[in-house]
Amino acid sequence: MAIAVVAMIRLRNLFAVVVLSGIYSFLMATLLVALDAVDVAMTEAAVGAGVSTVLLLGALHLCRSEEAKPAHRPWLPLAVSASTAGLLIYGALGLPDFSDPEAPIHQHVAPRYLQNEVDVPNVVTAVLASFRGYDTLGETTVVFTAGAGIVALLRRRRKGGGQEPPKP
Amino acid sequence: MKHDIVLRVVGKLLIPFILLFALYVQFHGDFGPGGGFQAGVIFAAGIVFHALIFGLDHTRTLVPDRLVETMMAAGVLLYAGVGVAGLLLGGNYLDYFVLDQDRIHGQHRGIFWVEVGVAITVCGVMLKIFYMFASRDRDRDRDRDRDRDGEGM
Repeated sequence: MAIAVVAMIRLRNLFAVVVLSGIYSFLMATLLVALDAVDVAMTEAAVGAGVSTVLLLGALHLCRSEEAKPAHRPWLPLAVSASTAGLLIYGALGLPDFSDPEAPIHQHVAPRYLQNEVDVPNVVTAVLASFRGYDTLGETTVVFTAGAGIVALLRRRRKGGGQEPPKP
Repeated sequence: MKHDIVLRVVGKLLIPFILLFALYVQFHGDFGPGGGFQAGVIFAAGIVFHALIFGLDHTRTLVPDRLVETMMAAGVLLYAGVGVAGLLLGGNYLDYFVLDQDRIHGQHRGIFWVEVGVAITVCGVMLKIFYMFASRDRDRDRDRDRDRDGEGM
C-alpha cells in the first residue's frame, strides 16, 4: 500500500494514478477482511475500487491526462499532513491493544448490542438499521443530497445552450 | 469496447450474476455480511459494467434517467415512511417493535424495509452520478456541433 501511495504521488500520468488508486482500494479491502470487517471490505471493494475508479476515468476522459507542474513547492501542506500524522500516531499509542477483551469499547454498549434483542444474526446490520436508525436515515439523506447536488450542478447546461459549464 | 466479442460474451454471462449477488447481499444482509448500501453499490456496479461494454445509450434505454431519479428519492421516502409507519402504529419514530404483533418480527420487518430504502437510494445516486459524468462529453460534442451548424447558417 505504501508503494502504491508513493507511486501515486510521484507519477504525473493521471491514468496510472487512477489505476493505482484502484489497486490501493483492493489492498485496503484485503486488510479490512483480515480485520474481520467484511461489510466494510465489501463497500471498499465495490465503491473504492469499482465505482469511483470508473467515475475518475470518466472525469479523466474530459480533461488532460497529464498533471500540471505545481506552481510552488508544497511545503506547507506537507508540514500540515506530517504533523497530523504525528498527532494521530501519538493518539494511537494510547489505545488499548488490538483484540483486548478488557478494552473500554467492549465494556460499554457492545454487550447490549451482542445480546441481540432484535434477533438479527448480523450485528452490523442490527446496529445500523435498528439501534442507530436515525444515523442511517441521515446517511441515506446525505447520499440523496449528493446525487441531487450532482444533478443540480451538471444538468443546468441542457437549457443554457452554448454556455461553458464550470469545471468539475 | 463495444465491438470486443470476448467482453460482450463475458459481460452477458456475468451481469446477471452480479445483479443476483447484489440481491443476495441485500436480502441475506440480516444473516451474513452485507446490507442495503453494499447491495445498492453492487447493483449499480453491475449496470455500470453493462454501460461500459454495451454503450451508454443502450443502458439508458434499459434503465432510463427518469427511473434512476425516481429511485434516488423513493429510497429516502421509503426509509422515512417506515419511521412514519411506526408513529402511526403507536410507537416512536423509527420504532420497529410496533410494526408487527410479534416484537422481534416487527424488528425484522422494519430492518428489511429500511435496508431496501437504503439500497434503492444508493443505487439510484451511483447510477445518476455515472450517467452525468459519462454523458458530459457527448453533450459537449453535440453542443459544439450545434454551434458550428449555427455559424454555418
